[in-house]
Amino acid sequence: MITIDAAGMHYKELNRLIREGIEKGIRKFFLENVNGQYYIGDGIKGDDVVININGIPGNDLGAFMDGPTLIANNNVQDNVGNTMNAGKILIKGDAGDVVGYGMRGGKIYILGNAGYRVGIHMKGYNEQLPIIIIGGKVGSFFAEYMAGGIIVLLGLNDSDEFDSEYFASGMHGGTIYLRKKIDFSKYSKDVELYEADENDMNFLKKYLIDYTDSFNISSEEITAKPFYKIVPSSARPYAHLYTSA
Amino acid sequence: MTKSSFSNIQSEYLALIDHNKCVRCKRCIQNCGWGTYSFGGDKILADHSKCVACGRCYTYCPEGAISIVKNPTVLRENANWKEGLIKNIWRQSETGGIVISGMGTTFKYKKYFDHILLDACQVTNPSIDPLREPMELRTYLGKKPSKLDIDFDETGEPILKSKMPPQIELQTPFVFGAMSYGSISLNAQKAMALAARALGIVMNTGEGGLHDDLVPFGKNIIVQVASGRFGVHRDYLNSGVAVEIKIGQGAKPGIGGHLPGEKIGADISRTRMIPVGTDAISPAPHHDIYSIEDLRQLIYAVKEATDYEKPVSVKVAAVHNIAAIVSGIVRAGADIVYIDGYTGGTGAAPNIIKDHVGIPIELALAQVDERLREEGIRNEASIIAAGSIRSSADAVKAIALGADAVAIGTAALVVMGCHVCGKCNTGNCSWGITTQRPELVRRLDPEVYGERLYNLISAWSHEIQEVLGAMGVNSIESLRGSKERLRGVELTDAELNALGIKHAGL
Repeated sequence: MITIDAAGMHYKELNRLIREGIEKGIRKFFLENVNGQYYIGDGIKGDDVVININGIPGNDLGAFMDGPTLIANNNVQDNVGNTMNAGKILIKGDAGDVVGYGMRGGKIYILGNAGYRVGIHMKGYNEQLPIIIIGGKVGSFFAEYMAGGIIVLLGLNDSDEFDSEYFASGMHGGTIYLRKKIDFSKYSKDVELYEADENDMNFLKKYLIDYTDSFNISSEEITAKPFYKIVPSSARPYAHLYTSA
Repeated sequence: MTKSSFSNIQSEYLALIDHNKCVRCKRCIQNCGWGTYSFGGDKILADHSKCVACGRCYTYCPEGAISIVKNPTVLRENANWKEGLIKNIWRQSETGGIVISGMGTTFKYKKYFDHILLDACQVTNPSIDPLREPMELRTYLGKKPSKLDIDFDETGEPILKSKMPPQIELQTPFVFGAMSYGSISLNAQKAMALAARALGIVMNTGEGGLHDDLVPFGKNIIVQVASGRFGVHRDYLNSGVAVEIKIGQGAKPGIGGHLPGEKIGADISRTRMIPVGTDAISPAPHHDIYSIEDLRQLIYAVKEATDYEKPVSVKVAAVHNIAAIVSGIVRAGADIVYIDGYTGGTGAAPNIIKDHVGIPIELALAQVDERLREEGIRNEASIIAAGSIRSSADAVKAIALGADAVAIGTAALVVMGCHVCGKCNTGNCSWGITTQRPELVRRLDPEVYGERLYNLISAWSHEIQEVLGAMGVNSIESLRGSKERLRGVELTDAELNALGIKHAGL
């Protein structure tokens, strides 16, 4: 275990200390006074590595990460979990734009809201199933080009509106679960909406429990309402767009 | 004469068989990836509508019995209503689709390399004989320090104190351009990997991940990160000598790419790390890059993930304000900028983009080099020029216009038998290059074509040495950005100005 005081520290130094620590066999890190440092957890490996972050981490938190757990006790900024391969990122506040871009595995749990472009081009592969669960609401371009994995949007703050535009456009894989029914006419023609059935709920249950346990909140409130699910109409949305010269 | 169903479009070529020579060995049936030939009981039949003039059948016909000729049934000549335009209208009216094709543009734009002449020594400054004297082609790609700190040891020998930024060492100023596994076959990639290793140069994975079989070639591979992030993970980023962030491509500036689901078999699925049969969609932009600052963020995300040990390259298409764009890319922290001209190749791109978007590499290069020098940041990044480098002469001229090295893509495929038929998008390549059909891929022997690629690059390198010798310089370094050694012919003042060179005679 190691505590690093990140006050006034350049991200290059902070991340070097983390990488060297992991190499030396340290498994638990406490980062204090984090104030906008980029790339925390970028490209690190090790399923048993846990990094606890106090303060506000900067962009690209957990980019290219492959196994560790990051716990952000406050809000985070943009590009969380960029092209992440495995691991877990817990965010006890809100997340910025572009959460989980190109993410292939691992979990991102956000207690609050997330910004624009969440889950863009998220993809699953074999046993790797990336999962993003968002407690609040999201901005526009949600799940654009989504190619795999699971995104759950809980809408816990009970705003009836999804402000999001361009919802799931170009989606061609994966599943989105919503805890609220949305006016589907506003959204993408590339996807279809269904009420989640028992199989879906059984599948979701373990992730929802993991989510509520992670944040120490009650799971009953969450599962009290029906869920809806969005799946792509086709794995090949642009198959008929072209003709060969 | 067969014509395709009820289309207005007649067969472009005729596959003519001399039945007196034909011994009915049926090799043409096996060799044609397009299904042009069939056996009609006592003789070979040809469905001309399927022929694309890829040249495979006559190359492998043991009797020389096949000729491919342009269909003499012509459309009436009209310089305004060109044949291609009329046929595309028919195609699009029949399908409603965007017209796509492979390879670079087929339009006849001015090729500036063909209007640039090199200098040579006569009398007053001696030329050098490269057969007898050393002629250095070795090239280092990466950021060069603005100054060097030097110490001296106790014997007075100088020691370099500055830590050099990471470099890619090339024994000759060529790299193979990015071509993904998916757009081309694994055997085609292996041929390039073998040649790159033997030559001491590098190939580039393109946005298709790194196949297990290529992992041992890491010292000769640049791995690419593009908007789809296919096959990109921590170990991938660390498996080559450099990482390239692809923003754009000369053949299709500003747009992304789709590898159709039918090409995503088990092996490509594993390499790209996506499910079998789904479209591999690379969106037009990286959705985390909307500014130079955002680009800087991704460059440094990659540097952090590779512990600052690999140079990071950024690939862009040559477009109108390329000099300002590259200046921004260099300031964003790129160690290498790869600029791809509008005649560059592709596995598939809409013709409207390929034929009408972008600018020539010659002009882009001259402007970029000039701009970076003016701003005092030319040392901050190396430049790779691409976009149909067709010969060693093109390469030398590109280097004199300001490139550190050139990339070859189409030329490498031509080595493997490509006849530039431009049908890469269909996946039926008879040469086993731009196809994933196992019976076609199998015929491309990586060892054989690896050696031919080695031969080509060796020959071009010798030619460059000849030219350098003639110019009286003994190192490719001495020619880099040396526009004074170039002259233009048949160019306007505006063109000469954009190229930064004088007219011949001046």
